[in-house]
Amino acid sequence: MLHIKCPHCGMRSQNEFSYGGDATVKRPELNKEVSDQDWNNFVYNRKSLRGKHKELWQHISGCRQWIKVERDTATHEIFKTAKAHEDI
Amino acid sequence: MTQNYRLDNIGLINRDKKISFKFNGKNYFGYEGDTLASALLANGVHLIGRSFKYHRPRGFFGAGVDEPYAIVQLYRNNETEPNVKTTEQELFEGLEATSVNCWPSVNFDIGAINNFLKVFLPAGFYYKTFMWPKSFWYKVYEPIIRKAAGLGVASTKHDKERYEHKYEYCDLLIAGSGPSGLASAYAAAKNGARVILAEDKPRFGGTLLTSEVNIGNQTGKEWAENIISELKEMPNVIVKNRSQVFGYYDHNMLVMSEKLSDHLPKTKKYHPKQRLWYIRAKEVLISSGSIERPLVFGNNDTPGVMLSSAAKEYLKVYGVLVGKKPLIFTNNDSGYETAIEFKKNGIEPIILDTRKEPNSEIIDEAKNLGIQIKFSYVVVAAKGYKKVNAAEIAKISDNKNDLGTLENITCDCICVSGFWTPTIHLASQSGNKTTFNKDIDAFVPGVSKQSETTLGAAKGTFTLAETLKDSFNAGYELSKKITKNDNKISHPTVVEKNKTTHDKFWCVPLPKGKNYKRFLDFQNDVAVSDIEIALKEGYRSIEHVKRYTTLGMATDQGKTSNLNGLQLVSNIENKIIPEVGHTTFRPPYTPVTIGAIVGREVGKHSRPTRKSPLHSWHEKNNAVFVDAGVWLRPRYYKIGEETLFEGSKREAKNVRANVGVCDVTTLGKIDIKGPDAAELLNRVYTNAWLKLPVGKARYGVMLREDGIVMDDGTTTRISENHYHMTTTTAQAANVLSHLEYYLQLVWPELNVNVVSTTEQWAGAAIAGPKSRDLLQKLFPNIDASTEGLPFMGYIEADLFGVHARIFRISFSGELAYEVNVESDNGNFMWEKIMEVGQEFKIQPYGTEALSTLRIEMGHIAGSELDGRTIPYDNSLEGLVSKKKDFIGKRSLDREAFIADDRQKVVGVVPIDKKTSIPEGSHLVKDAMAPIPNPKLGYISASCWSVEYDNPFSLAILKDGKNMIGQKLFAMSPLKNKTIPVEIVSSHYVDPKGERVRS
Repeated sequence: MLHIKCPHCGMRSQNEFSYGGDATVKRPELNKEVSDQDWNNFVYNRKSLRGKHKELWQHISGCRQWIKVERDTATHEIFKTAKAHEDI
Repeated sequence: MTQNYRLDNIGLINRDKKISFKFNGKNYFGYEGDTLASALLANGVHLIGRSFKYHRPRGFFGAGVDEPYAIVQLYRNNETEPNVKTTEQELFEGLEATSVNCWPSVNFDIGAINNFLKVFLPAGFYYKTFMWPKSFWYKVYEPIIRKAAGLGVASTKHDKERYEHKYEYCDLLIAGSGPSGLASAYAAAKNGARVILAEDKPRFGGTLLTSEVNIGNQTGKEWAENIISELKEMPNVIVKNRSQVFGYYDHNMLVMSEKLSDHLPKTKKYHPKQRLWYIRAKEVLISSGSIERPLVFGNNDTPGVMLSSAAKEYLKVYGVLVGKKPLIFTNNDSGYETAIEFKKNGIEPIILDTRKEPNSEIIDEAKNLGIQIKFSYVVVAAKGYKKVNAAEIAKISDNKNDLGTLENITCDCICVSGFWTPTIHLASQSGNKTTFNKDIDAFVPGVSKQSETTLGAAKGTFTLAETLKDSFNAGYELSKKITKNDNKISHPTVVEKNKTTHDKFWCVPLPKGKNYKRFLDFQNDVAVSDIEIALKEGYRSIEHVKRYTTLGMATDQGKTSNLNGLQLVSNIENKIIPEVGHTTFRPPYTPVTIGAIVGREVGKHSRPTRKSPLHSWHEKNNAVFVDAGVWLRPRYYKIGEETLFEGSKREAKNVRANVGVCDVTTLGKIDIKGPDAAELLNRVYTNAWLKLPVGKARYGVMLREDGIVMDDGTTTRISENHYHMTTTTAQAANVLSHLEYYLQLVWPELNVNVVSTTEQWAGAAIAGPKSRDLLQKLFPNIDASTEGLPFMGYIEADLFGVHARIFRISFSGELAYEVNVESDNGNFMWEKIMEVGQEFKIQPYGTEALSTLRIEMGHIAGSELDGRTIPYDNSLEGLVSKKKDFIGKRSLDREAFIADDRQKVVGVVPIDKKTSIPEGSHLVKDAMAPIPNPKLGYISASCWSVEYDNPFSLAILKDGKNMIGQKLFAMSPLKNKTIPVEIVSSHYVDPKGERVRS
């Protein structure tokens, strides 16, 4: 079980969080033309990285904030965590 | 009754307390402090079971966790547990055990015929033989093999024992209470660290209990006892025996299984049987010690052949002699310690040492005691079937290839020592890449991966002085790092006998003309010849060799066999062991009961049960409940002997004819506030929200980004910047997370707050033609007319002194209202509704009637919003705005979603108007078409229409738009039904929606 540092609450066990996928994906802006390819990339296409991965977690049984986590997908090492509006 | 193999004046057992027990139906006794193994040995019982494949007689091999053979079926307090290690099971009054894997009895075992057929049962035998024909596997081979093989039998009864989980945090977790564990725990605890010290055995001290050493002018045992009693008194220390740290997981999370009651005849009331500890440690010290390695020779699985360390432990801890004519077969000095203990207790051992002329203090001591020692000698084979009665021995040449003349020597046990294997399981599980240490012919932990340090024998340090020095230092340094304290304790002086190097020789060659089985894995009957075959057949990876031969795959997980297996593979392959590598050490280190893993999360406790504030009213009024997600909801209110069908029909009819009331508290409710709330709704829902006036509700559909419908519900504008959103019961939590995601990450510029209020409001849906009259009577001060409170209108009012929200919304298709009050007033509201509703013939209705009403109206719900449908499929395309953008919109113009023959919700009526269509049935054109019969659609929901008094279903059907009037078949292979049906509009009742607006 991972030990994740919520930037709002501090160190917490993984079972308080739920995983939210790749944090680098940016939703295309509303009311703008989006090509099929770009839209497909946004909705479906994700890299299955081995190594450092920036990802989203929600502290669902805690402060309910979405946070950013940089984690090694092979070793589960967590390098840093950040608030939703911060860059990681 | 005396015990022939028990000594009077040695051991840690309590001779004042006799304990009687039964093994294979026969009565025995032992003493408090015995294990089942030591008690049986004291009684001279060596035959304990049969082996897995050849059904060869099995005895005791070890004295602890590494035991490969001596497992039994245990009976305790009317419960049974399979494959219990006798070496770990403590004796309790009334214990009963039987052998596993033998029939009809351990003395006469029919399966033993396999032993004589062993030439036909080599490695991979089952894989090769029982492959063809394919159909034979299920019907013929498997049942027979299953019956003949297998170990113990699992209980089929419900386990009434209680198991608990516990979470703990500490500075240092120390696994193992041998010398390194005690020293590091003591140093760290004295330096103020929060320490957990775990020992899997009942007694603390590890090897200190059995070795002849001196620490600070005390015997090892006394020193251990003093340290433990001091640690137990310290408030910053948790000391646990009978507790196995079995797994090392991510971020220094370790799991420990504590056995609190397995040693008692019966678990005390309200006490758990076992407790699983999840421990998050800042630093972990692995002091798990080492396990003695077997030497491999002919028939080395005969009962009476055992590890020399085990023989010593039986003697020193339990006062039990494993034999009275012991033969010690060793390639290192450890065997001498065992021989000396025998000698001191009046037994004459003979030592066979594979080494030519070793010299050390301990060998000198053995010589001085007059013990007979034969150097450059080996055991070629054990003699005897159910028990060793002699050994075939021979001199071995210096190059270890040639045996001298075979001699027979009488003995009743053979104690083997092939040097020591560090227990590196936890270190390896932590991610530590182990390295091979040539000096000790074994793997040891390499560079730490997490915050773990391995100490003592577990890292290959076999002298006490060095172990203690390292461990005191490690405890001090690591605790200093955490606590910043600097209290260093002085190291005691250590007196121990020095030892000399071991012999790398471990596998005795077969003499000419002899075909003895030489076993590596004792539980799974894997012999040297099996490994040879596997390699001959081309298996190279050690992981493949393991799976093909089953080496190390038994319940002991190869604790005594793995390294010898590796040595053999490397010898044959002409490789060195590091090239061969070792198989993965996966948790758990020892078997853990399913009960401990599950903990309290069984039955009703496997997930929370949520109850509405009206629950007790439902109970009092004969509600039959149904699980709706985590909620318990009334399915129908039973009158007399009514069935579900009769009761729900009565309730639904009453809604259509008079008025009904339904508990809708479980619907998800989200409070939305902020100046940008309307904008958020406009982006989340497919329809337009910016112009919704205050005091009005609107139905909305929300999509996922891939265009699939996520949820639906009504949202009401309470005031300018305040909205009340409802979701389906099932999706409430997901919708909240969804909104939070967009607000926090995608559109942080929106000034909106969302919070769940599901539990803050109790809700009652009042539905039926008489609902307006009822509402007017409940709220005399409001104007309940359609002008005063129009369809989708919202007002707040006073319900006999209680604040209430009234929404004119309908799920049943009838004129209907939903009244919400604060949860604490829920019962009051409900009782008032029932009381005032009397004159309108009100009846409560449950989820079954609720479903019936919505299905025949063609209202979609969870069964249609199944994660595969888009708005069009649910006939919700009218709610999809063309003008504005919203979540998921871009996906809706994908090719499949705009196809002409896209699936759509339709109504389905059986042609005979009698046969109910099972939910999940497939719709097909031709009932007789060969399989796979092309599927056109599926039945999503079924009911008995109370309006027309015949069955009616909803279906998602390909090209549904053009299928109205078509005749198809609904097929349910599961229920073995084929029903001719007609496709009709999904709006079966009141298609124009006049009733809700009346």
